Amino acid sequence: MTAETVVAARGISKTFGKGGVTALQDIDMEVGRGEFISLIGPSGCGKSTLLRLIGDLVEPSSGEILVNGKTAHRARLDRDYGIVFQAAVLYDWRTVAKNIALPLELTGWSRAKRAERVAEMLKLVELEGFEKHYPWQLSGGMQQRVSIARALSFSPDLLLMDEPFGALDEMTRERLNAELLRIWAETGSTVIFVTHSISEAVYLSTRVVVMSPRPGRITSVIPIDLPQPRTFETREEPRFFELVTEVREALHASGELVGADE
Amino acid sequence: MRSRIGSAAGRVAVLGLVLVGLWALWEGYRKLWESTGWTRPFPVNSTTMPHLHDIVGALFDPLREGEPLLARYLFDAALFTAKEAAVGFAIGATIGFLLGALIARFGVLQRGVMPYVVASQTIPILALAPIVVVGLGSVSVAGWTPKDWMRVSVIAAYLTFFPVTVNTVRGLRSADPAAVELMESYAARDWSIFWKLRVPAAMPYLFSAFKVAATASVVGAVIGELPSSIQDGLGGWIINFNQYYALEPENLWAVNLVAALLGISFFLLVVLVEKLVVHRPPEQLV
Repeated sequence: MTAETVVAARGISKTFGKGGVTALQDIDMEVGRGEFISLIGPSGCGKSTLLRLIGDLVEPSSGEILVNGKTAHRARLDRDYGIVFQAAVLYDWRTVAKNIALPLELTGWSRAKRAERVAEMLKLVELEGFEKHYPWQLSGGMQQRVSIARALSFSPDLLLMDEPFGALDEMTRERLNAELLRIWAETGSTVIFVTHSISEAVYLSTRVVVMSPRPGRITSVIPIDLPQPRTFETREEPRFFELVTEVREALHASGELVGADE
Repeated sequence: MRSRIGSAAGRVAVLGLVLVGLWALWEGYRKLWESTGWTRPFPVNSTTMPHLHDIVGALFDPLREGEPLLARYLFDAALFTAKEAAVGFAIGATIGFLLGALIARFGVLQRGVMPYVVASQTIPILALAPIVVVGLGSVSVAGWTPKDWMRVSVIAAYLTFFPVTVNTVRGLRSADPAAVELMESYAARDWSIFWKLRVPAAMPYLFSAFKVAATASVVGAVIGELPSSIQDGLGGWIINFNQYYALEPENLWAVNLVAALLGISFFLLVVLVEKLVVHRPPEQLV
């Protein structure tokens, strides 16, 4: 890889409980600056756990993770991460604007700077005019856009997304996929994206990391050479289908009941 | 807009219907028992169950010729009791919240302290009131002696803190684990997590407790007045009219009515503040 390394994971294993389930085994992974990496695999392959290890929300049982050359813990304290969960996890008692401003408040931004930044973010996720709404007055897709705006508001180095569109309908998901790519291009951020949708992974990513369960391992890494910027037509190109097939075969080769998850 | 006006009118209509229904129930019961001569569970007459219009009428009668109306006296008494109750509520809610926050934060306290918190509420308040009100009478702090009514506030606080403690513990622990994780991903300090996440998440729980506590604080204030020989509040009037119940039963009922209205006012005040402060999806507000 020529690009500067943002995440370097070496020999990561994670076991839950005393002598319990091995969620991840011998994970080695490197993510370069500006990459869009998807982690894909059936339920129980540890893809979410890997994301949370990188984000220092859980600790590895062995191995080390470096983020920008620092430990994952140090990186979290330095606020290098923006995280988007499957649920939007917005605070019901805060307006859209104040939800987006939450990380800025915690970092001690002045009121004026916060307001300015929130306006920028609302524009980025195309939610202008909704700043005074409460989360429960928005649709699921809009809530997830607020959540993305919040994650990006403080310009974190690394965006970690855990099945952010998993709970949305197909149409909303495709629209938000396109929107996410536009935001990714505009902000130049590095993204690690967990999904169990093959087409979503291929459409979004620069590389797709295929994982297998019990214990969770990386079985293959597939570079996605579709041209940028990607559009709605991208999904109809022959190369897109070839790559989808390649990822699907890699999943099957990893030997588990993948079909149930597609 | 139209639906808002419509719903306001609807509410008034419902309230009116309920009041008429209660009146019909009371008067109908009287009529039935009087006409049949039934004596169970108690014989019905103007002493046991005065007419509702006599009770309301008593409020607008002077106690003696040439004096102000009873309602006027009871209004002043209600204000006095309201002051005791409000101060008691403030003290009780503060102590209740702090205690609840400590218990929520330090799990050990749950087992160590909670049983005593519960036990405190099993002591009959009537037995405790004289001890506190009379017992604290001689206490002075650095030359400052609390006024009589402040001792009554202690009783009101005693009834207030319990629901607040219990609900604070539940409320502070109700924060969505994912929301806590989000805070951790921002490397937020415990203090920030407490004020920006746990306390707001606890708000609906806190206001449920405040609603219970608001009415309890009025009851506590009235009961606290009884052994303290304080004459200025509703408690004083209750003792007074108790002694004349056989002669003028509607007077005691009138005080009860005013005490109930005071409790309801406290309750509605809490509801109003909740509406201003707590923003939640409509289905989550009770």
